[in-house]
Amino acid sequence: MADLDLPLRQGFAPDAGISQALPDDIPITLTINGERRELHVRPWTTLLDLLREDLSLYGTKKGCDHGQCGSCTVLIDGQRMNSCLALAVTKDGCEVTTIEGLAAPDGTLHPMQEAFIEHDAFQCGYCTPGQICSAVGLLKEGHARTPEEIREMMSGNICRCGAYTNIVDAIEDVMAKEGAK
Amino acid sequence: MNRFSIARPGSVAEAVREVTTHPAAKFIAGGTNLVDLMKYDVERPTHVVDLSRLPGLNTIEETGEGGLRLGALVSNTAAAYDERVKERYPLLSSALLAGATPQLRNAATMGGNLLQRTRCYYFYDAATPCNKRQPGTGCPAKDGVNRIHAILGTSEHCIATHPSDMCVALAALEAVVKVAGPQGERSIPMADFHRLPGNMPEKDTNLHGDEIILAIELPEPRFGKNHTYLKLRDRLSYAFALVSVAAALEMDGEKVVEARIALGGVAHKPWRVPEAEEMLRGKAAGREAFSAVADRILQGAQGYGGNSFKIELAHRAIIRALSQAAAGTPQSQTDKRIQ
Repeated sequence: MADLDLPLRQGFAPDAGISQALPDDIPITLTINGERRELHVRPWTTLLDLLREDLSLYGTKKGCDHGQCGSCTVLIDGQRMNSCLALAVTKDGCEVTTIEGLAAPDGTLHPMQEAFIEHDAFQCGYCTPGQICSAVGLLKEGHARTPEEIREMMSGNICRCGAYTNIVDAIEDVMAKEGAK
Repeated sequence: MNRFSIARPGSVAEAVREVTTHPAAKFIAGGTNLVDLMKYDVERPTHVVDLSRLPGLNTIEETGEGGLRLGALVSNTAAAYDERVKERYPLLSSALLAGATPQLRNAATMGGNLLQRTRCYYFYDAATPCNKRQPGTGCPAKDGVNRIHAILGTSEHCIATHPSDMCVALAALEAVVKVAGPQGERSIPMADFHRLPGNMPEKDTNLHGDEIILAIELPEPRFGKNHTYLKLRDRLSYAFALVSVAAALEMDGEKVVEARIALGGVAHKPWRVPEAEEMLRGKAAGREAFSAVADRILQGAQGYGGNSFKIELAHRAIIRALSQAAAGTPQSQTDKRIQ
């Protein structure tokens, strides 16, 4: 894995974990976007790094890498979480849905993806996969109904382009259509 | 992040054995705080013990004494929206929803929230001295940037605050933390769970290094009607409290029968002053009585420059929170306008 090839940071004292023999990779099973995957991971590999670096699922974005921006949001067993703060090994046996897994197999977009396009709910697009996964999680939770509640329940996803107004519109739209069914 | 080995025990006894045999080990549950701290090289465990698969710790159950037992692995989301918690301990539900974001609450556990570490800028920056991170190196916060720091119970070694909202509500509700160690199980009342920095700021709690949290037990509910969690912060959502107040009252008409008040964002632990709560017993609810209580709670408060505004802010927040609780109009965690 790439991160092992990096030199130690300048001026950083080597610690016991590095001077010892490296621990073995841990076998885990993840169902990612409906596909069951048998994987071997290092203990310190986050779910975000596993998705991007090892599985080439680049849709999930690394923003702050500290759980503050929400761009890495994925659904784990149906619940939205920050993949940057989850060690992959601790998610053994879980189902993970990323932005790549939301559309139907025939390419039909998820209603939330459609609504984001319809409402122009992004500019640069970097936060968008996290926003959409978070919004899908929000819908499933069912705790937000008003625009005010949507804003509060989307506060874990930051958009520095400031597309918030349209993001709330997009979510409200899907919510209304789901409710009408 | 440093390199580490990982263990995935299948029982509490096995988990305790892992940390007994590896002194530099850390438990991991939701990971929302630990993984963050490891990425900043603030925490550098050589062995990590994954608790996420321990059986029996992910349930909410009746205690048999009219209370509720919240397993250590119950997520903050699951606890906040549990019907029994919402109905019997709405103060706890409200405080949980005032904290963090849905993503973090989905991952974060009740046990992990108890063990959250301070968000002091200097603690988080491994390039600066910090007595909490590296004992004996000093506390730059005292004369530095200290807007978010403590005004009560500080020591010359540390002026950090405990960041949790949940713990403030648990302190007011007089919850008990159930833990297990090599010597068996014991109960720690919330008032004794976290500690003041004193001359050992590296220790946040009175939990021993080889103990594991099993559950949080809530006593029989008493404050289902008159309560509030009022949180004041630099932005409306997803920010730590500058000052927060959990207030719970038992009322008889206009008179206060019993009061519980805990403050967050002002000290190294949820701040409670039982003598101040006593002052309200039998008194008519009102600004005069509430102001006297606020004076007593904040007795000895000390600012460090950047955080000196917190003394007046806390005084006003206590009065407002008690007014909200007495009126039976708890603070909404969605509509942030303070009534």
